[in-house]
Amino acid sequence: MPGPEGAHPDAAVRLEGLTRRRGERLVLSDLTLVVPVGVTVALLGPNGAGKSTLLRVLAGLMRPTAGVCSVLGHALPAGRHALRGRVGYLAHEPMLFRDLTVRENLTHRARLLRVDDIPARVAELLEATGLVRRADFPVHALSRGLTQRTTAAATLLGDPELLLLDEPLANLDPSASGRLGELLGPRPGRTRVIAGHDPEAALAEAQIVLGLRDGAPALLATPDRVTDAEIGALYA
Amino acid sequence: MTPWLSDVRAVLALEWRRERRAPQVLPTMLLFSVGAFVLFRFGLQDGRVDGPLAAGVLLVTTLLAAVLGIGRLWAAEQDEGGLDAYRLTPASASALVAAKGLALWSFLLVLHAVALPAFVFLLLQDGLDGGAILRVVAGLALTDLGIAAAGALVGAIAAAARSRDLLVPLLAVPLLIPLVAMASEALAPLLTSPAKVTEVRWWVGLALYDGVFLLVSWAVSDGIVED
Repeated sequence: MPGPEGAHPDAAVRLEGLTRRRGERLVLSDLTLVVPVGVTVALLGPNGAGKSTLLRVLAGLMRPTAGVCSVLGHALPAGRHALRGRVGYLAHEPMLFRDLTVRENLTHRARLLRVDDIPARVAELLEATGLVRRADFPVHALSRGLTQRTTAAATLLGDPELLLLDEPLANLDPSASGRLGELLGPRPGRTRVIAGHDPEAALAEAQIVLGLRDGAPALLATPDRVTDAEIGALYA
Repeated sequence: MTPWLSDVRAVLALEWRRERRAPQVLPTMLLFSVGAFVLFRFGLQDGRVDGPLAAGVLLVTTLLAAVLGIGRLWAAEQDEGGLDAYRLTPASASALVAAKGLALWSFLLVLHAVALPAFVFLLLQDGLDGGAILRVVAGLALTDLGIAAAGALVGAIAAAARSRDLLVPLLAVPLLIPLVAMASEALAPLLTSPAKVTEVRWWVGLALYDGVFLLVSWAVSDGIVED
């Protein structure tokens, strides 16, 4: 059972009473969770529930207002520098330079991530995401699906230990969805937190299900214990 | 090469590549500057200036063009999520701010390579004294460096605050007033015919301003970009 009682010294993510405010509004409220290394968490909840905010906090891009937030053994926000390059965050926004080509975007990101053999790694990910033919297209000329593939490739450049994925398969055709699903899938030592709106798919690949509603935890269980009624209540 | 220098080089190269691919900063600054000189040419009664007035017209036009450039320079960081992408990498915030400052400085130098001849042709009463050309160029390079150092700081604050268009002029103009005042004192004697000698204290003042803002930008950039 996930939670504080399942705490492990090498937990990839450890939250205790995590709270995040935006002005007077509580965006995340009293979240407690332990995610062991190598585990996949499905993050569910209606629009505005706080899923994306939680991912941004875990990525070190947003400060928690209160509580404990430890990622890959580093307490945030103080230890956020130690996470750089170890966390891959696939957000709603592509975080790509629109006027540069796919290859230029990936090469620039790889330089900043200190990737060893940049041309080889970029070529490998272009191949894996099916972007070889579009590698020299500027990002503004790509469809949303192709942009999503480029974003996924950029997320994976540094082979991160923790993947934070915000609707990673949105805008993709079935073929690309399968390809990216495999690429972003579980690996030994890879921990994943996946936010999405497809409970069936989420339950199929996760070991922990966290449901948020108005920023507060409304559901925390292993997939085999989650009932249809609980999922229905989450989105009601 | 240290990782810091390597990051600065990577971001600086990116800025120039983006500017070549989809020119935004340079054309904006150039059109504004030349347009302002043309307007001054017809707006001033005799259409010609020299001395302190010439320095003032040149420097205020440069400052306003730079304010436009600063906003454009940080647009991708704000609008395209570039700042978040950068913050997920091990590259330091000070490298980003340094590269943006260098990019702005190089853009301003290119601007002056075009705008200064236009200014001389359109507005300077008796042309530029041949012996003063190098000193005018040095004065403008020092002024541009100060604008770039302060501009990088202002741009970082505005990009992180996500209200760029309002914050850039609000912060940049007051910060750059001392620089414009000193640069005007330094350049006014050189834009007189025949050129006079600038008092050394104005050169020292410009260099000090540049040094202080380079130091401040480097020291506070982590706090601004990260938080």
